[in-house]
Amino acid sequence: MREERSDMSEDEDGGGGVEQKERWGSSHGGGCCGSAKSRGGVWTDPPPPFSDQVLENVLENVLQFLVCRRDRNAASLVCRSWYRAEAQSRGELFIGNCYAVSPRRATDRFHRVRSVVLKGKPRFADFSLVPLGWGAHFSPWASAMAAAYPWLERICLKRMSIADDDLSLLAFSFPFFKDLTLICCDGFGTPGLAVIAEKCRHLRVLDLIEAYLEEEEEDEVVDWISKFPQTTTSLETLGFDCVDSAVNFEALEALVARSPALRQLRVNHHVTVDQLFRLMVRAPQLTHLGTGSFGPPAALAPQGDVMEHEADLVSAFAASSFAEITADELKPVIHHCHNLQKFWVLDTVRDEGLQAVAATCKDLRELRVFPLNATEDSEGFVSDVGLAAISEGCRRLRSILYFCQQMTNKAVITMSKNCQELVVFRLCIMGRHLPDHHTKEPMDEGFGAIVMNCKKLTRLAVSGLLTDKAFGYIGKYGKSIRTLSVAFAGDSDVGLRYVLEGCPKLQKLEIRDSPFGDPALLSGIHQYYNMRFLWMNSCKLSIRGCKDVAQRLPRLVVEVIRDRPEADEETVEKLYMYRSLAGPRNDAPPFVKIL
Amino acid sequence: MEDVKGSDGLGDTELRLGLPGTSTATRSAKRALPEGDEESHDELRRTSATKAQVVGWPPIRSYRKNSFPARKVEAEAEAAAGLYVKVSMDGAPFLRKIDLSVYKGYKELREGLDNMFKCFSFGELSRREGGSGSEYAITYEDKDGDLMLVGDVPWEMFISSCKRLRIMKGSEARGLESRH
Repeated sequence: MREERSDMSEDEDGGGGVEQKERWGSSHGGGCCGSAKSRGGVWTDPPPPFSDQVLENVLENVLQFLVCRRDRNAASLVCRSWYRAEAQSRGELFIGNCYAVSPRRATDRFHRVRSVVLKGKPRFADFSLVPLGWGAHFSPWASAMAAAYPWLERICLKRMSIADDDLSLLAFSFPFFKDLTLICCDGFGTPGLAVIAEKCRHLRVLDLIEAYLEEEEEDEVVDWISKFPQTTTSLETLGFDCVDSAVNFEALEALVARSPALRQLRVNHHVTVDQLFRLMVRAPQLTHLGTGSFGPPAALAPQGDVMEHEADLVSAFAASSFAEITADELKPVIHHCHNLQKFWVLDTVRDEGLQAVAATCKDLRELRVFPLNATEDSEGFVSDVGLAAISEGCRRLRSILYFCQQMTNKAVITMSKNCQELVVFRLCIMGRHLPDHHTKEPMDEGFGAIVMNCKKLTRLAVSGLLTDKAFGYIGKYGKSIRTLSVAFAGDSDVGLRYVLEGCPKLQKLEIRDSPFGDPALLSGIHQYYNMRFLWMNSCKLSIRGCKDVAQRLPRLVVEVIRDRPEADEETVEKLYMYRSLAGPRNDAPPFVKIL
Repeated sequence: MEDVKGSDGLGDTELRLGLPGTSTATRSAKRALPEGDEESHDELRRTSATKAQVVGWPPIRSYRKNSFPARKVEAEAEAAAGLYVKVSMDGAPFLRKIDLSVYKGYKELREGLDNMFKCFSFGELSRREGGSGSEYAITYEDKDGDLMLVGDVPWEMFISSCKRLRIMKGSEARGLESRH
């Protein structure tokens, strides 16, 4: 069963954790014991070399069954023999930070990789905080893999910069290529898609999730949909809702008609509702259908059969989050969705709509409520009422992302008690520093309750008015937290210290606009090698503090990003630091200074 | 709040409390917003149509923001009359949209674009002496489809004829200038 890759969050699929951990801090890499001397002292002489090889072959066959990369990482540390066997049998390579290791080193170690997952830019790049041209280029990886993995079947990239040439290289280098998933990537355009469509004859998945394609003039746009082979295809997933240019609809319809395996289809906003209907008729086997935007009702032709199917369409789009559905439109549909597990919706459904969800969707696992107007001072459509309702009705909730304008500690505390299965809790109160709407107190108690009561929590995003006390709670109770996002919160260095000293499993920490300075940064020295990265922008850091960290931790790459050249030399506006075996990268643009 | 920029030019990212237009800029804002006076607070929010938005907040991917259909919600009925034009920048992967009607003149427009694209070092434009040798120039496409340099015609005429903005490299724009 293939995992949902729509977000590729490591918390939700349960496969998270530390990626390849070489020996951080020890002077030699590789495994520990050389020969097979057991602790019990069973053999007194080293066994003949022949049995070592047998052991490794057997081991490889056994290790095949280890899928989870955390287990594999652990196995590789047992001894050199296990290290080698594991390296030979690892089929999926996961690189959480493309700069943590060089492509060459990865391909030298793992020889039989069929699937690669590669992540690039820090997440805050999604919010325009990382300047264009920062890096995360796919090219060096593409070249290395083209040479090393001729059997490669699957590539999944997140926040990488990919050129059309890279896609071309993929298409020509991997004859068995099947799955391409690009999440929040940029740098390529329709020419790249055309090569993939044309050359990858076994393509099963082409999934573009929130990619930023290069802007192309009308005459530059390539008709990539027409490039798929004219024979029956093996396509199972086709998602191109983020492609700005129109696609040739006749070609698309024909493609859908000759793709009997197609289950998931996401088209872009150029495809009208009528056309969508035609596609649905062609592909009744679809399980997932979505579109980038729901056209205004005026576009719906007033024909009898289209209206009948409107209910079907709305139910398909409800999960895509881009339809502006009101509570009244939602209720008759959601009333039937008893098995709904994943629901992404705009806040236009209001608290009332969420109450309807809570009343019916008892098995809901993931909820995301996005704001129609993503501005600080917009009118909020959902509030603490909706959150409390969801917590009452959806006890199995595992993951929530909730944008609102007003919230109360009480509602958050209620959720912490009702939803014990929560793994991901991301609450965004859009107005900065907003306190509890009723009591006017900080939101400390609410978030405190979440970390205290939700024992399985691994990802947390906080917002609203928060004092150091909130961080105290996080440090004290957030023992499983791996990802923490902080914005406009805290009073002093103490806040960050609580977290760095209290959260042993912390992997990814991203902070913006919070009053944490050098002392706080230095308090995490013991932790940074255990983490994938730390991002801080608009805090109180100075060059001196960052240099201090860089000096004390040689395997840490400390990047200071200065995109405003006239800013004073001492202040560090943006800091991105990460452990790396590759050392300082050689593709850093001029506005990045590596300390 | 737009005209209040910190001396280090980081005004947009500074934490601050207080009414828009005042200069109470505190780095660490701990106090809750003024109590009880919720009505006037809401009013404050609505009056500042040109309130400077902090970069990347709320944390929604730009893709999501831009792809929502342009239907106006009741509360923003006044804004529905706005003059939205696309803004593209050479080398940037995605476009933005701005409402020309919120700007009073060319200066505010330049500042607004500077704020929007500052990640792309567009700020160089206004900082260099006399604007010559500047990295980027703002051009626009008018009703006839011609590419024009921004700033030649009176503001009112400009906003009525501007269909689309384009920030291009200074070297390309120089060709336009010499023709006048």
